[in-house]
Amino acid sequence: MSDIKVLKVRPEPEKVVRKHIITVKVQHNFGVLARITGLFAGRGYNIESLTVGRTHEPNFARITIVVEGDERVIEQIIKQLRRLIETLKVKDITDLPHIERELALIKIYTADDRTRDEIMRLVSIFRAKVVDVSTDSYTVEITGDNEKIEAFINLIKPFGIREMARTGTLAMVRESANIKMEKGDKE
Amino acid sequence: MTKEKRGADIVVDVLIKEGVDTIFGLPGGAIMEVYDALFDAPIRNILARHEQAACHMADGYARATGKVGVVIATSGPGATNLVTGLATAYMDSIPLVAITGQVPRHYIGTDAFQEADVIGITRPITKHNFLVTDIKDLPLILRQAFYIARTGRPGPVLVDIPKDITQQKTTYKMPTDEEVRESLPGYNPHTEGNPIQIKKAAELIRKATRPVLYVGGGAILSDAAEEVYKLAHLAQIPVTTTNMGKGAFPETDPLALHMLGMHGTYYANMAVYHSDLLIAVGARFDDRVTGKINEFAPEAKIIHIDIDPASISKTITVDVPIVGDVKNVLRKLIKELEEKPIEWIKAREQWLKQINEWKENHPLNYRKSDKIIKPQAVIEEIYNITNGEAIISAGVGQHQMWAAMFYKYKYPRQFLNSGGLGTMGFGFPAAVGAKIGRPDKTVFAIEGDGSFIMNVQDLATAVQYRVPVKIAIINNGFLGMVRQWQQFFYDSRYASVCLSVQPDFVKLAESFGAVGLRATKPSEVREVLLKAMEINDRPVLMDFVVDREENVLPMVPAGKSYREMILTPNQKGEAETMYLVG
Ligand SMILES: Cc1ncc(C[n+]2csc(CCOP(=O)(O)OP(=O)(O)O)c2C)c(N)n1
Repeated sequence: MSDIKVLKVRPEPEKVVRKHIITVKVQHNFGVLARITGLFAGRGYNIESLTVGRTHEPNFARITIVVEGDERVIEQIIKQLRRLIETLKVKDITDLPHIERELALIKIYTADDRTRDEIMRLVSIFRAKVVDVSTDSYTVEITGDNEKIEAFINLIKPFGIREMARTGTLAMVRESANIKMEKGDKE
Repeated sequence: MTKEKRGADIVVDVLIKEGVDTIFGLPGGAIMEVYDALFDAPIRNILARHEQAACHMADGYARATGKVGVVIATSGPGATNLVTGLATAYMDSIPLVAITGQVPRHYIGTDAFQEADVIGITRPITKHNFLVTDIKDLPLILRQAFYIARTGRPGPVLVDIPKDITQQKTTYKMPTDEEVRESLPGYNPHTEGNPIQIKKAAELIRKATRPVLYVGGGAILSDAAEEVYKLAHLAQIPVTTTNMGKGAFPETDPLALHMLGMHGTYYANMAVYHSDLLIAVGARFDDRVTGKINEFAPEAKIIHIDIDPASISKTITVDVPIVGDVKNVLRKLIKELEEKPIEWIKAREQWLKQINEWKENHPLNYRKSDKIIKPQAVIEEIYNITNGEAIISAGVGQHQMWAAMFYKYKYPRQFLNSGGLGTMGFGFPAAVGAKIGRPDKTVFAIEGDGSFIMNVQDLATAVQYRVPVKIAIINNGFLGMVRQWQQFFYDSRYASVCLSVQPDFVKLAESFGAVGLRATKPSEVREVLLKAMEINDRPVLMDFVVDREENVLPMVPAGKSYREMILTPNQKGEAETMYLVG
């Protein structure tokens, strides 16, 4: 058996872990969302956020999934999503020019006038909106990409947040980028 | 538009439309309407004794015939009993349609009697599943189920039908094939293969000096045995198969390397290890095949042909991915290769010589005995007596590996086993299904004493329908494969593997109305098999009492490289010491 020497070893693929935004168009059937979340849960992929809603075509829904992983994991996720019978299109739009929006509702303690003024100042800088007022709180609505919302929250945190609710990310490719995109559709 | 029909009658109409001649199942409250409709239908009903067995029967039927298997169960426990059977079929891409009864719609979600969330439970183990919520959808959903089950990468599809829908009456029109396809806008399996990639593959094949074909179950599912044979011979490429790929290339052929991987032959593993081109055909680089990923075929460029894009580059990044039906792609590849002169044959000579050397120096082997029955000897004798023509179905464990190693398979659909999930209890019911689908063939279930017991109740089914399967129990009184691992890797601490209480298998068979035979000495093996071959009106159970501590070798320990293959037992006859290669 001396003829068997150690051959070379397959190189490990490079792993660059980062956040990806994946959009999915599905048939708007009963149970389709469970199928998608089940796919993630069953394979140990971690979803950062997932948003879903109908499109202008009533039989279809659009899902935006934000997920972290290396290229191989993301490729698998996309392939597995495409494999679902009810999936029409899957796109990783991370590296394409795209619009990204998230909505947050934040209820903030307003101890005194100074706090109220300060909050109002931040609200106007961030182009947010106060949508509810009580004797000791403001509820602010803010939309924007993830970073903008994070930044706002960080600034507002010292005042004391009583309650907060955030949607996941919604995303859409900019029209100018759409043309060269179509090839990436479900194959 | 015809007269009104019950939902249950629509189910039967679709089954007939889909060409179903046999169904396997067990009735209950929620599915009674369907059974009532089946009573008058020109469809053979096989009443199993356990839904898991029914599912394996439908699976064995599908594996042996290439048709879609159909299994029927009632709601709740009936449906949950299907789980292991569905998961088994899912892992091996076997086309099945499971029809389950569900509680009436207005009870769903109320924890009603015999209610279970079958859609939720079976979602991850089916290719797709449906809950019928409106009788108007029933015909289309059922036809979609068959279409999805058998196309693309095949798999099991489940349709859950509430009882009130099977009772409800309606008029309907059978959906056409076209309507079925159009109703699934997201489902378009790629079957053709990209021509540029196929050209690239041909180029790599021309250039290779040490190529190996690595063939899996996909080749059998797409009926591509002829193409595999053509390609291998045209380009003089040796062929190794997975256990799911067995029979996709005749194991009696000089180019056959037999099985690769954990219990692969020395020469298959060495050939793969040293190859400079690996052509994976309908195979998925399962960890039982690859061992340590980054030492699997480390010098090879890899071509991967598969209908499922998700299978490609899942564990190993391939150089030329070709998504398509294996048969189609191979045909095109062969055509491409035939177009240019075949000057590569010379370059293969050295490689084939090397492989033949490996084959001669390390054939599949075991220590023979005339005192005690060696399990391998039983398999060899089954091979001799059946002239290599039988369909063999196996349980899971050592006997399964011996059945894979010591019987030579010549045809696709000749070796049936739970390759992906490794389901004990699969072999015998699958054999029953196979025999029902292929009555012209001799069908053997090669079973472990542990595995067989897991669906023993369905001996009654085989007796009731006079299914003359031959059951060969390789009786070692152990959960043998686990014992082997304990011996090798856990210091021979035999924790919970001794089957110290066993039925008398001969009496057991007789009590069911089957024939029971036993061999305890090597001289009796042939005798027992000859007797069994004469029985054609009922199942025969043969109890082969074998060497208790025989091991399956060679073996690549889990997660290890092919270089670390354990080849032979030590001089005392036990495989305690490992013979490390390289
Ligand atoms: C349902 C199930 N449970 C447990 C296992 C784990 N397992 C794999 S092989 C094996 C032993 C099989 O024993 P037996 O059927 O007697 O066959 P042998 O290995 O002795 O030939 C076990 C328990 C399995 N594969 N399937």
